[in-house]
Amino acid sequence: MIEHLSVLQVIIPLIAAPICLLLRKSQLAWAFATLVAFLTLAVSFALLSQVVQTGPVSYELGGWEAPWGIEYRVDMLNAPLLVLISAISSLALMASRTSIENEIPENRHTFFYIAWLLCMAGLLGITATGDAFNVFVFLEISSLATYTLIALGKDRRALWASFQYLVAGTIGATFILIGIGLMYVMTGTLNMADLAQRLPEVENTKTVFTAFAFLIVGVCMKLALFPLHLWLPNAYAFAPSIVTTFLAATATKVAVYVMIRFIFDVFGFEFSFTHFPLQEVLLTLGIAGIFVASVVAIYQDNLKRMLAYSSVAQVGYIILGISFASQTGIMATLLHMLNHGLMKGALFLALAAVVYRMGVAQLSQMHGIASRMPFTMAAFLIGGLSLIGVPLTVGFISKWYLVSAALENGWWPVAAVILLGSLLSVVYIWRVIEVAYFKPVSESTPDVKEAPAALLIPMWILVLANLYFGIETSLTVGVSEMAAADLFGGLR
Amino acid sequence: MEFLGLFNYWVVIVLMMIGFYIVICSNNLIKKLIGLTIFQTSVFIMYISMGKITGGTAPVLADGITLYSNPLTHVLILTAIVVGIATTALGLAIVVRIHESYGTVEEDEIHAKDKQA
Repeated sequence: MIEHLSVLQVIIPLIAAPICLLLRKSQLAWAFATLVAFLTLAVSFALLSQVVQTGPVSYELGGWEAPWGIEYRVDMLNAPLLVLISAISSLALMASRTSIENEIPENRHTFFYIAWLLCMAGLLGITATGDAFNVFVFLEISSLATYTLIALGKDRRALWASFQYLVAGTIGATFILIGIGLMYVMTGTLNMADLAQRLPEVENTKTVFTAFAFLIVGVCMKLALFPLHLWLPNAYAFAPSIVTTFLAATATKVAVYVMIRFIFDVFGFEFSFTHFPLQEVLLTLGIAGIFVASVVAIYQDNLKRMLAYSSVAQVGYIILGISFASQTGIMATLLHMLNHGLMKGALFLALAAVVYRMGVAQLSQMHGIASRMPFTMAAFLIGGLSLIGVPLTVGFISKWYLVSAALENGWWPVAAVILLGSLLSVVYIWRVIEVAYFKPVSESTPDVKEAPAALLIPMWILVLANLYFGIETSLTVGVSEMAAADLFGGLR
Repeated sequence: MEFLGLFNYWVVIVLMMIGFYIVICSNNLIKKLIGLTIFQTSVFIMYISMGKITGGTAPVLADGITLYSNPLTHVLILTAIVVGIATTALGLAIVVRIHESYGTVEEDEIHAKDKQA
């Protein structure tokens, strides 16, 4: 049993999805899906502890040996991400039954859970696999499920958002497919570890350069790096709130993971940063993303859309960490991936509660809402502080390491940019706090009650995680440090 | 001679650009999906061409067969074709629902209706 953990991680939700179809009843499907999510959470914790104790876990699918068969490989880099995906999924599913009551018609509830489980299986699969083509397959599984989930949104604009994402996502995935094909043609292998060994022999060919370029652009499309982010704001704004919670906290992080895996492990540090002008490209786009998306976020009335733009800005920080091309930089990136998952999870869950009570999350209708929904807005406040990077929250920890990585490289202006970006996030979070806490309740404020416990409990678990990992940092920092050291192990 | 030898790859590039152009420039959602399919198909042709060896046959274990094409790329692309069909089907399903709620499948008309509302 224990040696099958890495494949069980993916197989459990994948098999659970069709079983959900047989259950038919919405309540039953919900209970089953939540149970499955918690089961995968237990599996991912077991995997993480095994990786920490004994090093990378490799699994041969169907008993076929590694370079020929598909290998599942879990190491310090992807084990924490597996935990994040299944944890957020479990918590969001806990809240989903209540949250979708008003947002999705009753007869579609079962399909909602099926698509959710498939999306989760896809995201976990991308993360766990050690095979380049398998990445593409799981990417498409999760993407197709995501398009469905977004299209379930109440507003008809959700359909347009879903279509837009489908076109952008398919182009991105096809680019990745081209990259993988060109790599295969040069090396004759699809296994990542094997690719890493064989690519250096042929690295000065046009084909490998083309492969790398296609792969990076394709992945950037998926992780919504500015200026390839255009699909994201609409998709996040019009999808059912609980779907936005799940996607914002996990989907882009998985794409970032794929990018890190290919840049550092498969192509290698040397190729990516010395033969290829990756550093300049990522640095420029990262900084541009932080500024443009933060400024646009300030002018949004729809809060889901505001946080969606903030997500684009946060992806900018994550990419900035990669562009430092240093061990501290990549460690900051990994930390920010996990921490951003926690804060965006908490923030979007708070908005899901607002949408549940009010039907929309328009700032103009939220005057004095904090007196009506004190626990929800307190969660939003703490999540927002974490997003800004106030001490004692997780946001502070990752910004701290980002700034110190910038200073380590001697890049003073970049450190200033990071701090300036945080100031912009102060502006857009403060707008909400001001309206919700300091404006008197006006006539346009609907007469609502506090959100039900089913939403408050998962929300506050995430909020407390934001505070806990902001104070007790040894686990997250330790894991990211080890993963960064692994990635740079070949260099030292 | 080299141009003819790379004939398949020229076709791939031409098809890819045609598909990409349709996706970007077409106003009609169905046409966009057609463009997307052409775009994906070009990559299928690329994979199939990569595995083909001149004079090679299918990889069957029989007497007299020594030269055969690489079956792996062909199998890989079978998977990608299935994914492509699923994407097209889902895309069409979304377009049907867009037509139900907007009464049109033209991009500019959809935007105009959203602005009115």
